Amino acid sequence: MSWQPVIGLEIHIHLKTRTKMFCRCELAYGLDANTRTCPICLGHPGTLPVPNARAIEWTIKLGLALGCEIADRAIFHRKNYFYPDLPKGYQISQYDEPLCRHGRLLVPGPEVDAEVGIVRAHLEEDAAKNVHVGGAAGRIHGAGRTLVDFNRGGTPLVEIVTRPDLHSADEARRFLQLLRQTVVELGISDAEMEKGSLRFDVNVSVRPAGSDELRTRTELKNMNSFAFAARGIQREVDRQIGIYEAGGEVEQETLHFDPDHELAPPLRSKEEAQDYRYFPEPDLVPLAPPRQLVERLRKEIPEPPGARIRRFESQYGLRFYDAEVLNGSVALAELYERVVSAGVDAKAASNVLMNEFARTGVEPGAVDAVELAKVIEARARIPRDRFNEALAGSGDPGFDAERYLGDGLVVETSELEPLVERVLAANEKEVAAYRAGKRGLLGFFVGQVMRETGGNADARVVNELLRTKLDA
Amino acid sequence: MIDTLRLTAEEAAALLERRELSAAELHAAYLDAIRARDGELHAYLRTVDEPDADGVPVALKDLICTRGVETTAGSRILAGYVPPYDATVATRCRAARLSFLGKTNMDEFAMGSSTENSGFGPTRNPWDPDRVPGGSSGGSAAAVAAGLAPWALGSDTGGSIKQPAALCGVVGLRPTYGTVSRYGIVAFASSLDQIGPIAKTVRDCALLYRIIAGRDPCDTTTVDLPESVELPETEHLRGLRVGVPRELNEAEGIEPGVTEAVNRAVELARELGADVSECELPRSVEYGLSCYYLIAPAEASSNLARYDGVRYGLRSETNGDTRAMYERTRHDGFGDEPKRRIMLGAYALSAGYYEAFYGQAQKVRTLIRREHDALFERFDVLLSPTSPTVAFRLGERTENPLAMYLSDVLTIPSNLAGLPGLSIPCGLSEGLPVGLQLIGRQFAENALFRVGHALERALAFGYVPSRLRDGGAV
Ligand SMILES: [Zn+2]
Repeated sequence: MSWQPVIGLEIHIHLKTRTKMFCRCELAYGLDANTRTCPICLGHPGTLPVPNARAIEWTIKLGLALGCEIADRAIFHRKNYFYPDLPKGYQISQYDEPLCRHGRLLVPGPEVDAEVGIVRAHLEEDAAKNVHVGGAAGRIHGAGRTLVDFNRGGTPLVEIVTRPDLHSADEARRFLQLLRQTVVELGISDAEMEKGSLRFDVNVSVRPAGSDELRTRTELKNMNSFAFAARGIQREVDRQIGIYEAGGEVEQETLHFDPDHELAPPLRSKEEAQDYRYFPEPDLVPLAPPRQLVERLRKEIPEPPGARIRRFESQYGLRFYDAEVLNGSVALAELYERVVSAGVDAKAASNVLMNEFARTGVEPGAVDAVELAKVIEARARIPRDRFNEALAGSGDPGFDAERYLGDGLVVETSELEPLVERVLAANEKEVAAYRAGKRGLLGFFVGQVMRETGGNADARVVNELLRTKLDA
Repeated sequence: MIDTLRLTAEEAAALLERRELSAAELHAAYLDAIRARDGELHAYLRTVDEPDADGVPVALKDLICTRGVETTAGSRILAGYVPPYDATVATRCRAARLSFLGKTNMDEFAMGSSTENSGFGPTRNPWDPDRVPGGSSGGSAAAVAAGLAPWALGSDTGGSIKQPAALCGVVGLRPTYGTVSRYGIVAFASSLDQIGPIAKTVRDCALLYRIIAGRDPCDTTTVDLPESVELPETEHLRGLRVGVPRELNEAEGIEPGVTEAVNRAVELARELGADVSECELPRSVEYGLSCYYLIAPAEASSNLARYDGVRYGLRSETNGDTRAMYERTRHDGFGDEPKRRIMLGAYALSAGYYEAFYGQAQKVRTLIRREHDALFERFDVLLSPTSPTVAFRLGERTENPLAMYLSDVLTIPSNLAGLPGLSIPCGLSEGLPVGLQLIGRQFAENALFRVGHALERALAFGYVPSRLRDGGAV
């Protein structure tokens, strides 16, 4: 029997607003503990939340980029539970009336595209951070002491929930990459996993291929990279298939990965039936995003990265993988398009940008495309070192391609001929050996000529000249 | 010689204005009165000995956060808690140069109608120390009645300003929901809590309301007042349509003496030119109490979750297990009434019960609002008793929470509707004050002040407790 994986994602993204979601403490990463707090984000008696208007706008923007409907009326709910990192004893979140829902994200693939349904995207406040000192590392149970750093507490957090529309580990990885790229290009989040500004959980189940049933799913938590997630999902898919094929049943459970030891088996925990006693947050009035605001934001949405990949394939005749790599950042994609429109062949531009240019580490956004186009056009005429040097300098302010192409680069046969003659005259023994069959000596002559010109000669022209002279 | 028993805030302000009195002398006079009489009454939890402003002093209910001054909301779980910030109403009082006299006693987290639920001992009624002052703002009402403060701020969720004002023979305003900031008010039930003034006269109430009311950017549920606060002047009620809802005036448990005093006041309103007629609020009164006892505890169960021993207030030490620490701290820190309401509220919100309880209560609340709205198409003000009874004896209802809850049966319906209510004293029954409740439409505080003031003049109620009348001046 063949099996189909069924995968859904729940992603949390920190918005990079200047201040927190419900108070005006500035957001900051990596500061000393509890240096960005106030009575509100510490949950002091009597404090009240005041929503961050920018965070609401950005959530709407993200919703629009994900093709969501933006609610005319959205409300905040309280999600009640006790935990030391939750100062009020509840998290202000959204429940059955979120800001955005019913969206979809196109995830182009090498063979088939996936259309991933977005169930909802809502806005909430992040919890603070528990720091466990002593005892077993990283776990609240058995910890010696728990300290709480409230700097992160109250950071605006968008939660995105997908439908279980992903059917392979690779597709899930691709979705995550595109989503990450989307929020980065919207300018609303750094979405860096290392900083914790992007986190996600994965739901995995499998079913017989061709069926549309939904079987018991397990939840994968704590994954620290997209690649790690893809491996984790694949392992979990294989495990579930193994269980079914052995006639067993998959149990609903949560698998916690240890980010430091990705080969260790995940810690399992039974799903604890939590009752969060959601109810509408009485301290806040309902949100009613004005239509004009939504329409203004809609105009600010750039082309989604998935659609851009599709367009690159058709417009430039690129292979999927090339289109995907070129769309790894909007700056690179834009540079590519500008280089091509400056006249460079689409294939050639793609090859150079993905290989030689990528290796230089130059920031694509800093590059003058017209100048870079000149360099790429000349790539066959100029020495390799010089070409690479030009690419490496292409991001410098005032970069001038001419300096690497024209000035001092000797290509005229008439200019090179006397030099070639001189080199041959000075190395009679080697000329004799060459003519006797030691063809390998050609490189030696080329080197000598190049040294005479201070490296400023076109190697191919020199080659040709030498061969004509020697073989005459 | 300053007679704090009789001096109104308005008069005190005039004395300061004319420099016949210094703010320090005035503040000191109240501290003397507190020293003389508060040993018996226990209206204050703590006093501020040095005036920090040069205006009329004010007493604050102990759920109003005051920077640098301990604020407990009457709960042992907050014993020793010193807020790092001022509530907006405190800020506004400071801006109006009112000096803080101290923090007044209250039922723990404003849950109660007698101030007996305070974690720091009950307050007694200045008219009869064997009786309760009402609650939960019992400390504020008793302080004003006994001349221990010219005026005070209280908070009202189900009747916590109106009812103690009635039982202590003073004036109390519960403002329209959304007109006074809740920022810095230790929350009980967020969708119902409102801060309001307690004073000896309606004009004093209007003056203090003028200071505290208005939109606050720190509380997004507040709004700008549609009209500015006017000090009432007129002493007639011509052109005013007064409704007397039958259910609020004939509810079971209203004492005959209370009915008598209220009827006299209604008659007086007619004599002053008002157009008085009977009307009905059937569902509001029938369902109000049960609706309130679902919504308020539900919100309270969440609002009180922050008292976990992690950041401030009481922490009961345990063997290092976080959950055990929560349980121990909350077990030790909360009194019976908060525990009762937390359990009730958590139950009403729990999965599978939400729709039947909390959800249903919200629907009923909408119904109650509509029923009131309909009445206010025909009337400007509704009249009823504030409390079914006069002040009851200490301990009389502590063993029977339901009897205690019934103290608020007449104040709760309009509170659920978010409407303003004023209680003024309208006479005595068995030698104890009876309160008249005036209910207005949304933002109609000025109308309440006008009617309250006219009736107050006509009633000529002597607000000094009879047993204190001789020894007033200190
Ligand atoms: Zn803060």
